[in-house]
Amino acid sequence: MANALIRSSLLAIGLSGAALPFPGVSADFAPGNHVIAGSRAADLEHCVRETSFMRRNHMELIEHQRHVTVHEGVRATEYGLSGCVACHVSYDREGQPVPIYSEGQFCETCHEFAAVELTCFDCHATVPAHTDAEARDEVAPQSGGQAEADVAPVSAVPAAGMEVARAPHELRKEVGD
Amino acid sequence: MTMNERKEQVDAGRRKVLGAAVGVASVTAAPGVVLHTLAVAEPRSKPVTDSVRWGMLIDSSKCAEGCDACVTACNKENGLDLQARPEGEDAAKWDRQVAKWIRMVKVQDNLTGYVSRLPMMCQHCELPPCVDVCPTGASFKRADGIVLVDRHICIGCRYCMMACPYKARSFIHEVVKVKLTRAPRGKGCVESCNLCVHRRDNGEASTACADACAAEGQGAILFGDLKDPDSPLMKALAALPSREIRGDLDLNTGVRYTGV
Repeated sequence: MANALIRSSLLAIGLSGAALPFPGVSADFAPGNHVIAGSRAADLEHCVRETSFMRRNHMELIEHQRHVTVHEGVRATEYGLSGCVACHVSYDREGQPVPIYSEGQFCETCHEFAAVELTCFDCHATVPAHTDAEARDEVAPQSGGQAEADVAPVSAVPAAGMEVARAPHELRKEVGD
Repeated sequence: MTMNERKEQVDAGRRKVLGAAVGVASVTAAPGVVLHTLAVAEPRSKPVTDSVRWGMLIDSSKCAEGCDACVTACNKENGLDLQARPEGEDAAKWDRQVAKWIRMVKVQDNLTGYVSRLPMMCQHCELPPCVDVCPTGASFKRADGIVLVDRHICIGCRYCMMACPYKARSFIHEVVKVKLTRAPRGKGCVESCNLCVHRRDNGEASTACADACAAEGQGAILFGDLKDPDSPLMKALAALPSREIRGDLDLNTGVRYTGV
């Protein structure tokens, strides 16, 4: 009898514990949190597909796209990785793009939370291709263009007119109370 | 109800009607707009076909001593100059290992002493040995004749580097911090000249090296379509005696040399 009581109360505790994180999860990744003002993404209701689909399946789209691009030379589609970066990257106070896989940024925040390591940015650029950068003389490699250590997380330096990408713990604080 | 209020009401009604009209118009117009965009951006939106085969003719006699415009342009175009030597790395070792897409090869005739300069890059063979030996299918030939590495699949075994008779391929030994969007690059994969594949996909006319050589006034590199008899490249190939390097291997290279 006592055992049954303990078991059921443990179960109750377990269930309540299990139930709690879920509102937190959905709140952490509320749509638009990392979409910066003035970007292409800011004017859109959702990404290239609906948000719930993108959250679960963006990697499938990217993986299919990479094959089509590398082997068939098709680049004018909406599922390319450079599109993700162009739309979702945020900018520091000087107007320089902050590498998208550095701490607190769009890709890193979610993958860190989900404990998924991605290798896209071992090779791919973490800042958008704008004409200056690609025509080169680059987003100054020395002054920290993509050298991730040199760039302060955007949450630390809110830029005027720019929506700030927030780290999950900040959001959790807002929502949880 | 004052006049002003009534006016506002009418305006609101008009707005609704106009809004609906715009909505209908945009829905009907949308397919047309999309089609138009596709037509304009056709080079980027259509799979490449074998109706073209990209190639080059390099006139060695026009290649000027001391000029490295093609190498510099290639490095800049494809982000090769962004590779950084790790601290403490031996300079000579780094120079041997750093990825280069164009090597300047000098060949001297032992009897006459005549020196030919050959900008040497991937020769884009019709029958590429690198593709034959690749265990994963990462090294492949595109429909338009460009031989390149799908670095998503490359495991960095470097078999292709050993198979290539032209020493055209490089292995990325170090982490690459700064990358270009048009030229991804990372530690552990093999790469080589891809005839500026991003330019091909964008429908641009030439390669970085050919442009740079022309800008220097040498005009030693001619890029074009080997399947179009009317292209400047094919006309030049028809008019000049040209050769494949290591023609004995019967690889039918896409890059040909003259004045060697």
